[in-house]
Amino acid sequence: MNDMINPVALVDRSFYFIIGFSFVFLFAITLVMIYFVIRYRRTRHPVPADIRGNWVLETAWVFIPTFIALAMFVSGWQAYTGLRNVPDDAMEIDVIAQSFSWIFIYANGKETENEILVPLNTPVKLNVTSADVIHSLFIPAFRVKVDAVKGINTYAWFLPEKTGQYFFQCTEFCGVGHADMTGVVEVVSKEEFDEWIQEDDEW
Amino acid sequence: MEVVKSFFETPEPARFTGIWSWLFTLDHKRIGLMYLYAIMFWFLVAVLLGGILRLELMFPGETVLSADLYNSAFTLHGVIMIFLFIIPALPAVFGNFFLPIHIGTDDVYFPKLNLLSWYLYMAGGVVAIFSLFSDGFADTGWTFYVPFSISTNTNVSTAVFAAFILGFSSMLTGLNFITTVHKMRDKAMGWLQIPLFTWSLYATAWVQLLATPVVTITLVLVMMERFFNVGLFDPARGGDPILYQHLFWMYSHPAVYIMILPGMGVISEIIPVFARKSIFGYKAIVASSLAIAIAGSLVWAHHMYTSGMSDTAVFVFSLLTFVVAIPSAIKVFSWVATLYKGAIQMTPPLFLSLCFIYLFSVGGLTGLVLGAAGANIHVHDTHFVVAHFHFTMFGGTGFAFFAALHYWWPKMFGRMYDFTKAYIAAILVTGGFMFHYVPMFILGLQGMPRRYYDYLPQYAGGNFFAGFGALFMILGIGLMMANLFASLRKKRDMESNPWGGVTLEWTIPSPPPLHNFVQKPKIMVYPYDFSGIVDTPANKSEGA
Repeated sequence: MNDMINPVALVDRSFYFIIGFSFVFLFAITLVMIYFVIRYRRTRHPVPADIRGNWVLETAWVFIPTFIALAMFVSGWQAYTGLRNVPDDAMEIDVIAQSFSWIFIYANGKETENEILVPLNTPVKLNVTSADVIHSLFIPAFRVKVDAVKGINTYAWFLPEKTGQYFFQCTEFCGVGHADMTGVVEVVSKEEFDEWIQEDDEW
Repeated sequence: MEVVKSFFETPEPARFTGIWSWLFTLDHKRIGLMYLYAIMFWFLVAVLLGGILRLELMFPGETVLSADLYNSAFTLHGVIMIFLFIIPALPAVFGNFFLPIHIGTDDVYFPKLNLLSWYLYMAGGVVAIFSLFSDGFADTGWTFYVPFSISTNTNVSTAVFAAFILGFSSMLTGLNFITTVHKMRDKAMGWLQIPLFTWSLYATAWVQLLATPVVTITLVLVMMERFFNVGLFDPARGGDPILYQHLFWMYSHPAVYIMILPGMGVISEIIPVFARKSIFGYKAIVASSLAIAIAGSLVWAHHMYTSGMSDTAVFVFSLLTFVVAIPSAIKVFSWVATLYKGAIQMTPPLFLSLCFIYLFSVGGLTGLVLGAAGANIHVHDTHFVVAHFHFTMFGGTGFAFFAALHYWWPKMFGRMYDFTKAYIAAILVTGGFMFHYVPMFILGLQGMPRRYYDYLPQYAGGNFFAGFGALFMILGIGLMMANLFASLRKKRDMESNPWGGVTLEWTIPSPPPLHNFVQKPKIMVYPYDFSGIVDTPANKSEGA
């Protein structure tokens, strides 16, 4: 299991790559701008130069940003494929969104509402659909988000690598109860999960 | 300057006087000013609505607004800001006023159509108000996503109808600008002698004309679905909700370029004037405007990575999104390069333009995070997106609108506002802006979704700070508007060229006479040649 790449790492890598470059760019452009405004203020530099363009410079700042942008695209696309390629041995859970709660159905028929229990280090695939309007399942800790649309089956997967509680929320606006459509993913040890899944449904 | 009556004293048609000389006017300048007053009104309404939304979010739990009021309020805020402020702001006010002057003519090609588009704009606004007093304003967000917009009980139909009417207003303005630039341009002015603001309006006008019909048709289809139960988008009736999203964004993404392109045009006018130096890379800026208009029409589905569309579509739209980032970057580089070795005079319009460059850069760069497929999944529909589009739309178009107001105010009204108050207001708005929206980036990364009136306790800190930022921003906007309008009580004594500009509006009196040009305009070979500019009295007294 340990050789499986958690897409969280890919998403974060893509994010840090883009935002890191952006900070450098933003500081550079702002500093240069402020420097020019102070250095070439009219009282100090009353006679402007007549420069209308520079082919070398203009070509450079078309091509260099293009390469950087393409690198950003590739990093984003790698992260996206990580989020889309579900490992074969993933545990499947059906998810039905409705106004305004989330229903989860396990393979053995066990149902829960607004909470799921998953075993540690097991990839989990969520098969998502909606009973009414569009909702969207968002689990920030696993960088997972997918719309729940009636009549369409969408999916997402994640790999829980630490026990604990992780919250999820609805992120597609669905009406008055939109902000209340939150819940918890609880990651427990395999033994604890096996025990829990065999328990009789209390409802 | 010889005594020439301004357009304020000479109504067109001449038989109307008083209020009628405005309501029936065919003068592009008066129509521009009528847009200005209406647009300012809606802008201030939507700003206050935004303030109330932020007040609700300052503390967790329900405080000033209930969930359904909050939902209607953010929908109203979005609909007003998008359809009644940002889309028309620059083209309808400054485009109407200055496009004909920039190309050396006396009016737009279809003056009556121009007046009609103002009435359509007003009608759209009235319908929006009307819906408030019927079944409550729509609570769907300005995106009207189906099937929610079909099943909700609030008055979606009226809100959609308002957007429908406003679409026609926008299309007519676009049509008018395209024909005017083609047919009425001064004979001596070639395509590469057109000022950049007018170029940006021309590129925008094509998008307005070609993309707006898509949303107009889509909104008609939504109404048909609501009234006649035709199953187009609602899966319960055999429709496809993803189809709606495609159609909606096919307009609404190009629409963000309708919003930002004229703003970029304004900045391209202001920076050379106060640097007293030619714009750097005129042709590159023209080309990038056209590239944005074309490529920007092909990236709409980057709003839909999580929607359930195919992975192939995600690949294509993500790639194209990065392509469209390049022309915007070219413009930023060109503006900064224009400052190099200029003779820079700090004024409120230049200060606001520099704020624009900074804020728009932040908006553009965070757009790269959103364009990247994998990174987008995490931040999509969170406060990160809210912060991003406010940086581009408000920090971008909004600040360009402020800069344009300060730049062209003396030309339009013949009066100068107070500089000190203008700077204080600009600093308040910019500082408040940063304080307001930067915490939202962090909230979004922590996972706070947008359109939540209540939130999990871990988001309390960021929302609390953002509320203070909003307060400073609103105070700044209030001061800015008060300062501008206070100048109207002064005597009208502005000379024709207070800043030392070289485009044609600075060769005619302030405010301009009815037919704009007293003598036949002299077209320069190169539109940004500052070699003939000498220090004007206003520069000496206000500058340095």
